[in-house]
Amino acid sequence: MFNFKRFSAIFKSRNLEFWRDRSALSWNLIFPLLLIIGMAVVFDRGQPVELKVGLLNTEQAPAFTSTIKYTEFVHYNSFEAAMSKVTHHQIDMLIDVENQEYYVNSESSKGYLAKSVLSSAIKQYQEQAVEGKAVRYVDWVVPGILGMNIMFSSLFGVGYVIVRYRKNGVLKRISTTPITALEFVGAQLVSRLMIVVLISASVFLATWFTIDFLVLGNLFLLLLILLLGTMSLISLGLLVASRLQSEELTGGLLNMASWPMMLLSGVWFSLEGAPVWVQQFAQLLPLTHLVEAARSVMIDGAVLADVSHHLFALSLMSVLFLTLGAKLFSWGNSR
Amino acid sequence: MTDALSVKNLKKSFGALTAVNDISFQVKKGSCFGLLGPNGAGKTTTLEIIEGLVAPDSGEINYPLKPQSMSRQAYIGIQFQDTALQDHITVGETLNMFADLYGKRENLSRLIELCALSDFLSQDTRKLSGGQRQRLLLALALVHDPEVVYLDEPTTGLDPQARRNFWQLVESIKQQGKTLVLTTHYMDEAQTLCDEIVILDKGKIIQQGCPQQLLSDHFNGHMIQLPESLFPAVSQVITTPITRGNLMLEFASQDITHDLQQLMAANIPLTGLKVHQPNLEDLFIKLTGHQLRG
Repeated sequence: MFNFKRFSAIFKSRNLEFWRDRSALSWNLIFPLLLIIGMAVVFDRGQPVELKVGLLNTEQAPAFTSTIKYTEFVHYNSFEAAMSKVTHHQIDMLIDVENQEYYVNSESSKGYLAKSVLSSAIKQYQEQAVEGKAVRYVDWVVPGILGMNIMFSSLFGVGYVIVRYRKNGVLKRISTTPITALEFVGAQLVSRLMIVVLISASVFLATWFTIDFLVLGNLFLLLLILLLGTMSLISLGLLVASRLQSEELTGGLLNMASWPMMLLSGVWFSLEGAPVWVQQFAQLLPLTHLVEAARSVMIDGAVLADVSHHLFALSLMSVLFLTLGAKLFSWGNSR
Repeated sequence: MTDALSVKNLKKSFGALTAVNDISFQVKKGSCFGLLGPNGAGKTTTLEIIEGLVAPDSGEINYPLKPQSMSRQAYIGIQFQDTALQDHITVGETLNMFADLYGKRENLSRLIELCALSDFLSQDTRKLSGGQRQRLLLALALVHDPEVVYLDEPTTGLDPQARRNFWQLVESIKQQGKTLVLTTHYMDEAQTLCDEIVILDKGKIIQQGCPQQLLSDHFNGHMIQLPESLFPAVSQVITTPITRGNLMLEFASQDITHDLQQLMAANIPLTGLKVHQPNLEDLFIKLTGHQLRG
């Protein structure tokens, strides 16, 4: 039976160990702050000139898309989703081929450029003006950077600690007490969850006040996404570290888990133009759901119903990883 | 006295290496039992099998006096040879954590006094001296008031004074009626603390019994030591078996006066001469023909 006293004994001592390790604590706080502020400074000079044009409800790309240079065409099936992109300057134009209409944001300089570049292709089409403030790259990338930081802190934060405990005999000593694997793993999960949520919330607030990025949605919904996303990533870290004895191998496996997420979970760039199988694969990664949900709340003002599928995926992954992790968990006694 | 622990036909191999080879013994309640042997003799593996940390290939371990309702973890306490504790945690916090893992905080103040921990309760466990650390590890082994306590090489690396302090502590735990099982390669430690010992070599028991009884069974008289360089001359005079090692030669003497006169008559210099009572180390050398501290 799950014993709360044993659970809280481990939870408390792990928290003390983390908070008293000043160097780790400072790094956990300073690194994401520097990264976000650095990104804001670097990308403050404007966006690259390449154009991004949405195509609404088109099975096949129209002929003109193959002749227009320096322009990426992205397909959309939802009018609302595509319009949100035009409104926030995330795409420069939306073309509805079926209804012979195009939408362009009158406040977007790149929208104006797109109109010139595509003038011959859309000369028969009716222009529909859209208004809305630009979503800067920094607004778009902040959920990604925070998500990436949460990922590293969750995966490596528990993965390395557990393997170190196993290697230096801390686990062996604890295993001689009546504690169960679930109580121990659960305590590690909750302790890390609290640490990551507190640090991420602090970094979020500090950078929000410093560089004033866009937050249209509800902050409590963001907190819920943060909790579920962090839980799924910590559970993944616990699963990876459940049996390993070597810190080097753990590092390798955690890198193997984190790099696909770095590249395919929409941290730095959108996967909208990527092949379908890549997008489908990305849906298997917890960070994708964390970043997509947080981003849609922050820059599209999404509500609970809009992100519920992400929350469900994150919950499902957490339960799966944690159950497997506790089942496979080894105290490292048998040689 | 009744047996607190019974070990029968324990075997364990790691690949081609047989670490524990058919070991059996009983430990009486309230006694101190020693597993002796050089490094690599199989002491720690035997102990870890008994503690339930390593699965044996075959054999049985029983605690005849353990109530059925009580778990093994609650019945035994363990002090490991190498135990790391969590970083950045104080002595007091470590004690509280372990007490909570067993759900027993009521023994703590008595234990802090017994193990003399009160002076450094708020100190980070990484900053403890060797002796302080061993006393803390012993306190952790006793935190839930177990009946059987295992101590694996408890004084390795301690200075002589810290070792003697630790022995006193072990004596006072013994007086509380606890059953102690300890491994050590210090023969003086075993002789001081243990009521009964087994001597292990290459995974097998080579001798078993009460230390004093074993010594009187195997030796009669005293041990004489001289520099090893004198071996050619001494071997001409002394007829009992002479062992050599650590730059010294050694032989058992039933009549010291007679043997010393013989040596002087042969003009053998007695500089560096040592005479001592036979100890377990001498017994081990006699039984195996090699030094104990390998």
